[in-house]
Parts: sequence; C-alpha cells; structure tokens
Amino acid sequence: MMRSLVSPDFLVKIDHRQCRRCKRCVLNCGFGALSFLDRVTPDNTRCVACQRCVAFCPEGAITVERNPLAFKSNDYWTANDIKSIYKQAEAGGMLFTGMGNDRPYVSYFDRMVLDACQVTNPSIDPLREPMELRTYLGSKPNALEFAERTGGALATRLGPQVALETPIIFAAMSYGAISLQAHKALARAASLAGSLMNTGEGGLHKELYPYSDRIIVQVASGRFGVDQEYLDRGAAVEIKIGQGAKPGIGGHLPGEKVSQEVSQTRMIPEGSDALSPAPHHDIYSIEDLSQLIYALKEATRYSKPVGVKIAAVHNVAAIASGIARAGADFVYIDGFRGGTGAAPTMIRDNIGIPIEMAIAAVDDRLRQEGIRNQVTLIAAGGIRNSGDVAKAIALGADVVAIGTAALLAMGCHLCQKCNTGNCSWGIATQRPELTRRLETEETTERLVNLLRGWSLELKDFLGALGVNAIESLRGSRERLRGVGLNQVELDVLGIKPSGR
Amino acid sequence: MKGTFPRIPSGCSITGILNKKAKRFSGADVIRSIRLMHDRSNGLGGGFAGYGIYPQYKDHYAFHLLYTNEASQQDTEHFLEKSFVIDRCEPIPTRPHPRITDVPILWRYFLRVKPYVVEQFSSSHDREWAEAADEAYAEKNFVVSQVMEINQKIDGAFVASSGKNMGVFKGVGFPEDIGEFYRVEEYEGYMWTSHGRFPTNTPGWWGGAHPFTILDWSVVHNGEISSYGINRRYLEAFGYHCTLQTDTEVIAYLFDLLHRRQGLSLKNTCLALAAPFWKEIDRYPEPKREAVTAIRQVYGSAMLNGPFSLVVGFTGGMIGITDRIKLRPLVCGQKDEVVYLSSEESAIREICPAPDRVWTIRAGEPIIVKLEEGVQP
Repeated sequence: MMRSLVSPDFLVKIDHRQCRRCKRCVLNCGFGALSFLDRVTPDNTRCVACQRCVAFCPEGAITVERNPLAFKSNDYWTANDIKSIYKQAEAGGMLFTGMGNDRPYVSYFDRMVLDACQVTNPSIDPLREPMELRTYLGSKPNALEFAERTGGALATRLGPQVALETPIIFAAMSYGAISLQAHKALARAASLAGSLMNTGEGGLHKELYPYSDRIIVQVASGRFGVDQEYLDRGAAVEIKIGQGAKPGIGGHLPGEKVSQEVSQTRMIPEGSDALSPAPHHDIYSIEDLSQLIYALKEATRYSKPVGVKIAAVHNVAAIASGIARAGADFVYIDGFRGGTGAAPTMIRDNIGIPIEMAIAAVDDRLRQEGIRNQVTLIAAGGIRNSGDVAKAIALGADVVAIGTAALLAMGCHLCQKCNTGNCSWGIATQRPELTRRLETEETTERLVNLLRGWSLELKDFLGALGVNAIESLRGSRERLRGVGLNQVELDVLGIKPSGR
Repeated sequence: MKGTFPRIPSGCSITGILNKKAKRFSGADVIRSIRLMHDRSNGLGGGFAGYGIYPQYKDHYAFHLLYTNEASQQDTEHFLEKSFVIDRCEPIPTRPHPRITDVPILWRYFLRVKPYVVEQFSSSHDREWAEAADEAYAEKNFVVSQVMEINQKIDGAFVASSGKNMGVFKGVGFPEDIGEFYRVEEYEGYMWTSHGRFPTNTPGWWGGAHPFTILDWSVVHNGEISSYGINRRYLEAFGYHCTLQTDTEVIAYLFDLLHRRQGLSLKNTCLALAAPFWKEIDRYPEPKREAVTAIRQVYGSAMLNGPFSLVVGFTGGMIGITDRIKLRPLVCGQKDEVVYLSSEESAIREICPAPDRVWTIRAGEPIIVKLEEGVQP
C-alpha cells in the first residue's frame, strides 16, 4: 500500500563507517526522525532540517540534504504547491507553519542604500568620538515650556519615558510559544543591554520578575496572565491588536503545550487550549481601543507608556494615526515578514505589507497631521541585520524590534516547525527534555552579543554618515537612495533614486 | 538663477561684528575682515547682513528680493500689494563690478502689513496661529507665510531678507567683490555678519549664497548639516518650506520656530540645536538634568548634526556656536564694546589689531552677545 503522496522534504544521510553508534543523534532529535535499530536509522518523513543531529554528532557522520525528488519541471506549480495539495487532500485541514513569510516577495531593504560622507562633511570615527544610540520610548509634546523665557525651570511635564541604550528591542514572543529558558534569556539580555523584551500574550513568569523594568507586558485578545501585578511589573504596556505573520486572526496554543507552569503564568487550566480571539471582544472600534488605553493608563497611574501593536496592512497609516489620537504612547508596527509560533500558512504568506512601506507611510502621515512627536514608532517584521535597522530608522522608525533574529541568536535554525512544539534546540517547545537544552547563561550572552554587534555597526553607519546621534538619522530619508525601484515606490518611501 | 537643484554642500568663512552700545559703523570693516579669508571661499558665493542700516524705516519690514526676470518681479509685487502697504520700493543700489556677472534683478521694499490681513490670516490658519493673543506675534507668523509663499510659488523670485531695520546683500562672487558691488561700505549698522562660500558643486545661483534669513534672523554658516534631511522634514510639519536648497536654510527656520514661536530661551534653543552628549547630561545636577534631557527628547529632530560653525544675527544681538565636537573653527574677540566672531583670529586682528581678549569657542557652547542693558538698536 502507498504510504503517502507527500514525499519527505529532506534526506538524512548517516555515514556508517564513521558512526560510533553513540546514539547522541537519536536523543537529540526532537522530531523522532532518528531511531536506533541495529544502527542509526533515519525516518526521512520526520526530518525538518533543524540540524540539531548534525551539530551534535561527535564524528561529523551526519548530513541532511534537500530531497532531490524532482517533480516534472513547472514554473507555475511549484513542488511546494503540489505537496501542500497532497497534504490537504490526505488530512482535510488547514496548512500550518511557524516563523515568518518565506515567499519571494521584493525586499525593499535590499533595494535601498545609505549615504556616507566624503570631504565636504567629514565622517566621524566611532572608535575615537562618542556615538549616541540612546532612544526614549514614550510620548513627547510638540514643544516645551519653561517658567520664564530666559531659562527658568521646566514647566512641561513629559509623559513616562523608557530609556533604551540601543534602538533595538526584542519582539513579542510568549511563554508557551517559546520555553521559559528562552524567555528568561531574552529578559536578562534586555536587562544587561539596556533594551527591552516583550512578554507576548503569555503572561509573565515569576522567574522574570527581577528584570521587569526591562519588559513590555502585552495585553492581547486572550488577556492571558493579565492582572494588576502583571501591569505593575512591566516597564511599558502593549495592547496587541495584530501580528505581522497573521493579521486579522487570533492565536491558538494547543492544550498539550499548557504545562503546569504555563497554566499558572497564563492563568488558565492545565492542558486546556489557549485560544486568543481574532478581535478583542471589547474592542470593535477605535473609541473602544481608546477606552482600553486609558483603562490601562489609569490602572498603572500614568506611570508607564501604553502602546498598541498592529500588523502592517494596506491602510496602516490611517490606523496608526487613529491609534496616536486614541492616546497611545507608542505604535508598534509588524510587517508581513514577521515571525510567529504558529500561523495558517496561507494567512502568513498572503496578508500584510512590507514593513519598509508601512514605516514610510505611517511616519509621513503622522508628520502631516503634526502628531509625530506624540508616539514612538516601533517597527518590526523581518529585520535581518543592522543595515535593515539603519534603513528602518532612516525611513522614520524610532525603535526596531527583532524576533526571528533573536531566535537565530539563541540557536534556532529556521526550520519553521515551531508550531509542532518539538524544537530540538529547546526554544519553541515546552517538552522538559528539550527545553533544558537551552542554557540560560550562554543564551543570554549570545543575545547580548548580537545587540552589541549590531549597535557597534549602527555606530559605524552613523560615523560614515557624519552624525553622532541616532536622532540625526531618524527620519532622515535624504540619506537613503533607491536602487531598482520605480517612481511610485520611491514616492511612497519618500526617497530619491541613486544618482540624484 | 533658479532654485531647482539638489542640495549643495559647502565649506566657508564667516565673520560677525557687534557694537554693544549700538553705535553704528560702516560696512567697510566687515569687508576687510572677510577679504582676509579669501582662500576659504572659491568665488561662488558671498554675502553680508547689516543690522540697524535702515533707521529711517525701522518699523517697516525691509524685503530684499532677487528676481530672475521681470515677470517674476511683476508677480511678486502684485502678490505683495495684496497684503502690504508698500511705503517705498527701489532697486538695491549697486555699482558695476568686473567680477560680478549674471546679476539678477535686485529690489528692496519697505512694507507695512495691512491691518485686517493678519486677523483674516489667523482665523483661517491652524490653532497655533489663531491662539496667538499677541498681535505682533501673529503679524510675524503672517510675514513668514508670505516669504514661504514667494519662495515656493513664484517662479524666479527669492526673498533674500525680510526683517525690520536689517538687510542682506548676497550673490555669486568672492565676498569682498560682492561687498563692493552692493556698496556695503556706504551703509552704517550696529552689527554686521558676513560669509565667503566654498561650495563643492554649484550652478552658481544667487539665492544659494549666505546669509540665510527669515524675519530678522540671519545665519552665516561654515560647514554642512548632515542631519539636514530630518531637520527639513521636522520644519515642514510647522509650515516652513525649504526652497533654497541649501542646508543652512534650516538653521534660520529652527531659530524662528524654537525661540520666537515656541518661546524657548536663546540658550535653550542652542541646547536643542547643539545638544550636549548624554554622558554629560547624565552628570548634570537636578533640575538641569531633567530640563536638558527633556530638550533632547522633544527636539531630537531639530538637533543640528555634522560640522558647523555659525554666526546667527537677530535684532539686538548675535550668537556664535559650533557643532558639539567642533568640526569647524570659531574664534571670539573683544575690544571695548565691540565683539567679534570669526572663522580665524587673523580676520579679527585685521580690523582690530589689539583686541582686549581673543578666545576660541568651546565645542557646542554658544556665545550669546546682546546689546548692553537699556541700549536700543
């Protein structure tokens, strides 16, 4: 009988001449793709190419290859399309996946270049001169007032501000989607680097309390883990309306991931499915959102910024403007490359717009309306390196959030199987035998290193641009040029083509 | 002469002289001073701002205009007549000069705003304008809007200056030649600033020469504003349109916005434009730390970054300031009641051989010099 029309994506090759039969690979595979019969035997159908076995084989005896199985060449019906249909025909369900949109859409980051100084304005050497990356998250007034015109005391009271030593923060990832070890490493790294981590919608585990002045606590549609103490502990509060990987739909943490610890943190029964509705059931309009913003501000006595996270969709500029006017202190925009612990593949791959366009549109709109100072603009969704960070900031973002990049720093290999809960690297799983693989100390250090490396590179960009503070790059689109973009795209981004 | 070029970066020489007792002196001194720094410019731009030069019209807005053609002059005059009473208008006096060519039409106008116009303007504009209780304040906002409109909408017309009892004389050429061309030595003022330009790339247009002005603010600038892109976008949100395609333009508008419109003191305005480093601010005692932190938080987009030394003139005083790591020179000198600011000490000693005091200005720390107490400009 035919096993399945769905052929394996990868082939695991064991070099049995080199293999010492130590079985380490068998233990390390979270997906059960390797077993030991008389020798190590792969089940290719289960392999996701997470490379855990490859990294841990002491003899280097394992290679994972793409299955060369060739469908008849077809530029329209890709192997992916064909296999997806086989899967759905067999199971009758929706396709699910983890991580961000991997389709070959245009990357505008890759079609923009930055400027540098030559002669007329000198570049500045970041090794010898101070370079400032400090950024404050929070609403600012359009102007300050002083008691007297000639330098009296400051009369304006600014709203709450959170100081960031680098304009890069960690994106929202919930405990439940990722392990407690991963959550702790993010919190510790944020604390050490003067950055922020974000709880996502899974509540705040007690072990993260020591770092809570560096944590954005999220209030999402499921309201998991939200109580007064949760709000009190955060450095800032974020209302999550949408997520770049799955705009317009809710979330679902399957019951098997709701362990005792997760259940306590989310404040739901152990083993029960954690369902986040698509909309907040108390927000059906912008005025409802405004009520929740002010409810949270009242609850926290106006002592911390309250912001709103939305997915970048077609009308993002108008939505962001509405959010600013509804009283938010920051707007967090998540582009269509943003990652997720689990999303319907079709939703992930077909909804939303690139974050570059969203930043440009939102920044323009807020400036046109004279309310740009009112909100801090956080941009996320597919930031891969410090070049992307610099370009996002030049387009108009105040702060950039990284999720996938942070997971990669922790050891993720982007196998896109977070939704299965089998993460061999101990990140996107709750299985204790897997999560304990993630050593918090070392993971923290890797995250701090990443922030440090990117921050150093940002300073290098600033120096080359001849400025010594990040606010002189922020929104300075004059320092960007487009390569291979049409006039409409250039207009939306608000930049000139290279050569002009 | 047309302002449709990309932004032009430039180097330069600058000089400023202020008599603190408001005694008026001829423009000859400032020409001599800037002439000494001939090698700092390349003949593609020079200019002067004189304060106190029109005592007979001291309550009029003195508009100096550059026109490429007669049509632009007609359009502009028609435009001005709608809102202003033109009490006097005339060509700006010049003398033929062998090295000054391609001269645009140069006219000046002494204007009073028609009384009902400001009221109408205030009620039809945004809240900030309308809320202004102070009539003089609203009138100035109106004048700014008129300057913006001429520069932006009338093809071939540029406002060189628009302040009261002051005027700007600028063009393409070495500054000393420009001075002779405009007969600057025939005017007497209590304060003069000057600029010699070394743009690296220029189509040589008169509007792009310094000083840059709005109302009675004038700016001469040595350097390049690397943060121009964001400064410009920041100003646009407040109704300032950068049409002169040179980075220096934003400085004049920023002083107007922060000091005149938003009411920051000159010192706080300088703190916003050339902000101290965070590591210094963090060490300030309270409440200074809180105040300067707030200034940086709120005015980050107004901060000028990149190399600059500036002399900013205004009615009754001048400011000398450099960028916060001092990538351009600025020297201050003093002799009795006269204060000098210049790119080079030699340019001060050229006209004041034995100053009481000469010192170099520290990075990012402004020198604000005003007329002595009680002295009227």
